[in-house]
Amino acid sequence: MAKVSLRNVCKIYAGERGKDVTAVDDFNLEVADREFVVFVGPSGCGKSTTLRMIAGLEEISRGEVAIGDRRVNDVPPKDRDIAMVFQNYALYPHMSVYDNLAFGLKLRKYARAEIKKRVTDAAQLLGIEDLLQRRPKALSGGQRQRVALGRAIVRQPKVFLFDEPLSNLDAKMRVQMRTEIIKLHQRLQSTMIYVTHDQVEAMTMGDRIVVMKDGLIQQIDTPLNVYHHPANLFVAGFLGSPPMNLVGGRLAATPGGVIFKEKDGGTIQCRLAGYPQAEALADKEVVLGIRPEHLSVGAGAEPGMDRGFQAIVDVVEQTGAETSIYLQTRSSFLIARGDANLGNRDIGHRFTFEIDTEKVHLFDAVTTRRIER
Amino acid sequence: MRFDNPRFQRLARAAAFLLVVLLAGLFLVPLAWMVSTSLKPLNETMSLPARWMPSRIQWHNYRDAIDTMGYFWRYVANTLFVCLMTVLGTTISSALVAYGFSRIEWKGRDRLFLVLLATMMIPFPVVMVPIYGLFKQLAWIGTFKPLWVPAFLAGPFNVFLLRQFFLGLPTDISEAARIDGCSELQIFWHVILPLCKPALLVVALFQFMFSWNDFLGPLLYLTEQKDYTLALGLQSFQSQSGGTAWHHLMAASTLVVLPVLVLFFFTQKSFIEGIAATGGKN
Repeated sequence: MAKVSLRNVCKIYAGERGKDVTAVDDFNLEVADREFVVFVGPSGCGKSTTLRMIAGLEEISRGEVAIGDRRVNDVPPKDRDIAMVFQNYALYPHMSVYDNLAFGLKLRKYARAEIKKRVTDAAQLLGIEDLLQRRPKALSGGQRQRVALGRAIVRQPKVFLFDEPLSNLDAKMRVQMRTEIIKLHQRLQSTMIYVTHDQVEAMTMGDRIVVMKDGLIQQIDTPLNVYHHPANLFVAGFLGSPPMNLVGGRLAATPGGVIFKEKDGGTIQCRLAGYPQAEALADKEVVLGIRPEHLSVGAGAEPGMDRGFQAIVDVVEQTGAETSIYLQTRSSFLIARGDANLGNRDIGHRFTFEIDTEKVHLFDAVTTRRIER
Repeated sequence: MRFDNPRFQRLARAAAFLLVVLLAGLFLVPLAWMVSTSLKPLNETMSLPARWMPSRIQWHNYRDAIDTMGYFWRYVANTLFVCLMTVLGTTISSALVAYGFSRIEWKGRDRLFLVLLATMMIPFPVVMVPIYGLFKQLAWIGTFKPLWVPAFLAGPFNVFLLRQFFLGLPTDISEAARIDGCSELQIFWHVILPLCKPALLVVALFQFMFSWNDFLGPLLYLTEQKDYTLALGLQSFQSQSGGTAWHHLMAASTLVVLPVLVLFFFTQKSFIEGIAATGGKN
């Protein structure tokens, strides 16, 4: 059984002129056995550093990392029973594919027959049996990444660590390898921790996502929960493509619920139901978050108090299956997304758009936290 | 005529080629003179006007030179021993030190590296006497030890050369090896060294040539004539029997130079690759 526990983990680098830089701050996470957890965030958010601390490639400044029930802070990487796949593949250029896969097993003094069996099995699983005698130089990017996966698999580790393994592949190969890694997880049933800056990978691969920013965890939850209930403005803006529309404004309390009014004379206004603490929210400065799919071209809604507003269509992007419309109001730029029928709006013309007020989010403009309904 | 005119460019290239050939010829003159003299009778070696071609070619000059030197084959063995030990010592020790200066993080590393580089600026004659004193204390004068033991203590130039090469290798590879189960020494041995063969070859060849040609070291530390190296042995022609037997000296010199030339001829490709790689990759 291999759960991974991180308790109050910190990474502090000595910066210039004696100033310390905190790369990871008070990281707490319990990864369950066989779970697939994805760390996602912009570059420099500390996700790779955290992974490298689990691997033992970075020292842990404070806190505790445990694999299984064993504290591993002072255990060298080779004794942590982990395997890691790197962004740049990190294959040994002077060894054949076979030797690349076998190297770790040879060092651990496995019997020759056992090594051969494991290497052949892994090669079969990844479809690289024909490449075993080649050098990494003679392989394509996708093949190299498969070899890197194979090198992890043959070891049969308790935990797999992936450090942006698909970043160097082209778009098509990335999608293919993504599904292969998902299948691999289903097959091997091992614990996997995966670092990426790509939100699509995060959404599609993880059982749970850890969203990070500036060394701090922003939210830990299942992909859909993170998408539908972002904990704060950062998470709301980071996950989703096109990103969530964020409009600054103020709240007013009425008997029928709260009313959002865009600030600086903006034209966006809507009545929001389901906020029981309406009185407390009165006159609060907030940010309204609307997913592009929750904006539609008004089917009769009047602009005004309720849910509609007028905007000029700037750009229309059609991808075939769906359409994105970039719109402009007097003070904001927004994106609406819908199915292909949404298209064919005349560019430069004014239309009425409608907000699905059931599904919008409110964020406190000061703390940036989401206001619960 | 315009400079991007193809005819002009052809001419320019021809001129450059000619210049290179002329310069190469200039550098070959001493070598050709040495070979030519080695085949002449003694009275033609200093005759004026100078003769490029001997009136009769005396191949036996070579056998005579070897016989005159007396210990020729002994010298060959001595030189080979010193060369082998220094090449081995320099390559291993410089690689190890360079590894420490490039692929392991430790406090004060880069500052200490500067100190190491600074030692390159000290001219040998400055330390010659103290070092001689040191070897005398160790009772190593008159043995080969002063010639090869220091080679196991890594030279700054070679460390610099290898460090640059090591810095060019991605850190991922070392980390992958660490997770695969390598200790630091195993990473060095199984992963880094095999990737640095061209640079190691450069270091080995530089050291071989230096030890092969070294005159001062053997002159300082070797006392018995039978212990001489080839470079030192050549000197014995000059003072023997009054005058200098130029034809024998040149024959012996040709014999001494020949192995280095042959070695370079066979390794020049990887040699130049190695130098190019240590220079630019980073």
